[in-house]
Amino acid sequence: MSDAFAVPPESQSPAASPPPTPGAPPAPAPRGRLSPINRRRLANFKANKRGYWSFVVFMIVFVVSLFAEFIANDKPFLVKYDGGLYFPAVKTYSETTFGGDFDTEADYRDPYLQDLIRKSGGYMVWPPVRYSFNTINLNLPTPAPSPPTWMLTDAQCASAAAARTPAGDALPQTAAPRAKSCADIEWNWIGTDDQGRDVFARLLYGFRLSVLFGLALAFLSSIIGVLAGAVQGYFGGWTDLLFQRFIEIWTSIPTLYLLIILSSVLAPNIWVLLGILLLFSWVSLVGVVRAEFLRGRNFEYVRAARALGVSNAAIMFRHLLPNAMVATLTFMPFILSGSITTLTALDFLGFGLPPGSPSLGELLAQGKSNLQAPWLGVSGFLVIALMLSLLIFVGEAVRDAFDPRKTFR
Amino acid sequence: MTAPLLSVRDLSVAFAVEGGTSLAVDRVSFDLAKGETLALVGESGSGKSVTALSIVRLLPYPAASHPSGEILFEGRDLLKLPERELRKVRGADISMVFQEPMTSLNPLHSIERQVGEILKVHRGWSAAKCRARVLELLTQVGIPDPEERLDAFPHQLSGGQRQRVMIAMALANEPDLLIADEPTTALDVTVQAQILTLLKELQQRLGMAMLFITHDLGIVRKIADRVCVMTAGRIVEQGPTARVFQAPEHAYTKKLLAAEPKGAPPLFDAAAKPLVEVDDLKVWFPIKRGFFRKTVGHVKAVDGVSVIVREGQTVGVVGESGSGKTTLGLAILRLISSEGGVAYLGKPLAGLGFSEMRPFRKDMQIVFQDPYGSLSPRMPVVDIVSEGLGVQGKRLKRAEKREAVARALADVGLDPSAMDRFPHEFSGGQRQRIAIARALALEPSFIVLDEPTSALDMSVQAQIVDLLRAVQARRKLAFLFISHDLKVVRALANEVLVMRNGKVVEQGPSSEVLATPRTDYTKALLAAAFDLEAKAGHAVAQ
Repeated sequence: MSDAFAVPPESQSPAASPPPTPGAPPAPAPRGRLSPINRRRLANFKANKRGYWSFVVFMIVFVVSLFAEFIANDKPFLVKYDGGLYFPAVKTYSETTFGGDFDTEADYRDPYLQDLIRKSGGYMVWPPVRYSFNTINLNLPTPAPSPPTWMLTDAQCASAAAARTPAGDALPQTAAPRAKSCADIEWNWIGTDDQGRDVFARLLYGFRLSVLFGLALAFLSSIIGVLAGAVQGYFGGWTDLLFQRFIEIWTSIPTLYLLIILSSVLAPNIWVLLGILLLFSWVSLVGVVRAEFLRGRNFEYVRAARALGVSNAAIMFRHLLPNAMVATLTFMPFILSGSITTLTALDFLGFGLPPGSPSLGELLAQGKSNLQAPWLGVSGFLVIALMLSLLIFVGEAVRDAFDPRKTFR
Repeated sequence: MTAPLLSVRDLSVAFAVEGGTSLAVDRVSFDLAKGETLALVGESGSGKSVTALSIVRLLPYPAASHPSGEILFEGRDLLKLPERELRKVRGADISMVFQEPMTSLNPLHSIERQVGEILKVHRGWSAAKCRARVLELLTQVGIPDPEERLDAFPHQLSGGQRQRVMIAMALANEPDLLIADEPTTALDVTVQAQILTLLKELQQRLGMAMLFITHDLGIVRKIADRVCVMTAGRIVEQGPTARVFQAPEHAYTKKLLAAEPKGAPPLFDAAAKPLVEVDDLKVWFPIKRGFFRKTVGHVKAVDGVSVIVREGQTVGVVGESGSGKTTLGLAILRLISSEGGVAYLGKPLAGLGFSEMRPFRKDMQIVFQDPYGSLSPRMPVVDIVSEGLGVQGKRLKRAEKREAVARALADVGLDPSAMDRFPHEFSGGQRQRIAIARALALEPSFIVLDEPTSALDMSVQAQIVDLLRAVQARRKLAFLFISHDLKVVRALANEVLVMRNGKVVEQGPSSEVLATPRTDYTKALLAAAFDLEAKAGHAVAQ
């Protein structure tokens, strides 16, 4: 009896507390155990090598982009000033904290402030890239859009390098002033856009925003779609008939025009955009889920549950929803990539996120209007293409994983 | 002795599964002479269908493979024949009849096209010539008014007629060998008897050999000259039918032969307390026609049935499919709407809403036919069995719940330690036990058993019947036992209700009804069930 109760503590059932009697029910199996069918799905998912590695790569990029503030930021993540430690990346400090004159937020890129900190015997720990998505590089070697720094000649860099006088006199005129080169200026690895903002930082933040927006839209529209499909499929009859006609009318509204009209009335921000897109994207799952519920409500185990007196809501959630979830999960990556594409398209047309937001679509639009600056269009295209391709490959692998007939290869 | 028509030597079939292969058929050998009937008999999973399908190479290759063996048909090895050659054999020299007449005909093709296709493919006949032959075939297999049926679609035919069409298709090219894979399993007993008679007759007339696959020993005894008993992919015994039945040599054959449901039901006791009283119950489905969906008539699924189920007693409901047996059971539990009186312990249930019915659900339970469909595949057994407990307002702690589930599982002879497993980890018989445990967990006093044994193997059937009887005796349960299988009904029910087209044609203590049936319909049912004879054909479905 003793080893029957040898289960991980988190699943310790109350059954363990009374003294074990003969015939007592066995302790429950650990909860985290994957059911065999899920184990098979995982194996199928991994068997699709392209999809599996796409998933790994996508997750790495996505998780890294979640920490964008620690990779590309115009604030250091650690400042030592006057013996105290400050964390500007996560907390806002005013300039006066570091002995400045104004009560405004400290600008750590300002040579004056850098000077103050250095003089106090402190230091700053910067992220690898010292621009945020909206940081304007005031010291551009060429007029914006400025090409990637490694493409510039030293002559082009000279004026910018000269302007970037080393603050403080750590090494006063002991050595002859050597020729200024591109190594002396702050680098823009993929150049800047037409407002002098670092393209790499904008891509990083833009990728994150796109994926998060896509996830939110896919998730919310799935919830609404599943609920609507569930209700229609389960109750059938008039509910189904009326709802279906409504959806037919609703989907025939041209979404893009409506968005254009709405965005001229409402000030676009990410939540408004999410709401408007949600109005139309939830219908994509309804058909699938409705079909699953229509099929499932005649299953004998549903009838058995009714005979037990289980309520409609409980039947829908406990018995039927798991069936519909397979279809939903299979569709999810495709809905996700569709959502991202929609957002990008709107941004490209200028009806998307408010100006200044890190947006891949806006970058593409800039690339289109600045054909002399190919780094804008090319880098934007590469990131979007990579992101969407990875998602589609993942989607294929998910589809394989849930395919019940895929028993052999 | 002449060379046999079909000779299977050391045939093995393996299926690729994750991380290896599993052997479904293990070195099977048998011969089949011209004009002979050989029966392959065994329980589900014994490999009999796989053996038959590999003769015409219809298995899902390359998942399936043949590690060993050869199949000699008229001297040629079918396993080595190229696909083109094999296609000429299929449907012409060897043809098949499948189990499920509902799905083996294309619902979008008319009967003429369906049957004519084979003639066109194999003989390249013209449409007119095909038509004449199709008519001849339909007459041969006993389809009434064949001219009118040529343009009919499968859904316009009854199950028996569809199976006759299937047979007509199989016979179209006068094959030398007919493989019949459980051709009567999906049919009513009365229709089954008719189809068996037809097959036997046609075989004698056309002189073909028949490989008959079945799990039903009664059919084997009736139709086969020789029999091969299969279990776990091996043939454990083969020989002439009479010899195998009279003097079985292998232990498994003995077990199979002994597996018929036995035992007697509790004695009929008219004085026992009535639990469920059904008075003039009607379930009518309206037929709506026209633009305004006016009700023009009704399908009377259950039409004026009255029955009393008493404590500790079993009422058996028998009849052909479509006679309203299941509908009656569902209507008593108010799972479908009905008219007329249903009362539980004197309390009328008619007109109660879903939530008003909930308290009664504790006392009135149901077990369904298909143990594969009636258990939610995504829930562990403990959740399945305890679901009703939660609904019935018993706020149980987890431990108490598990205790109750363990009790219910022990009651049906399952190991309580298996309660965290999922349904697919159990066999059909075990699943049906789980379904019974789910009904028992609420400690009901009345259970509707809707064909609980018909999806199960013969030997498992007998076990479930024994189990039901034991549980009934222990808990003084009342059963409404719905079945088309009169053998099981005889072993369980002490009162019988014979239904036809929604009406009760005969009702009374089972000893009387089954011994001295009064109506032709009951007589035909009994003849079909116990002797596999097609009697009184006018009284039953075609």
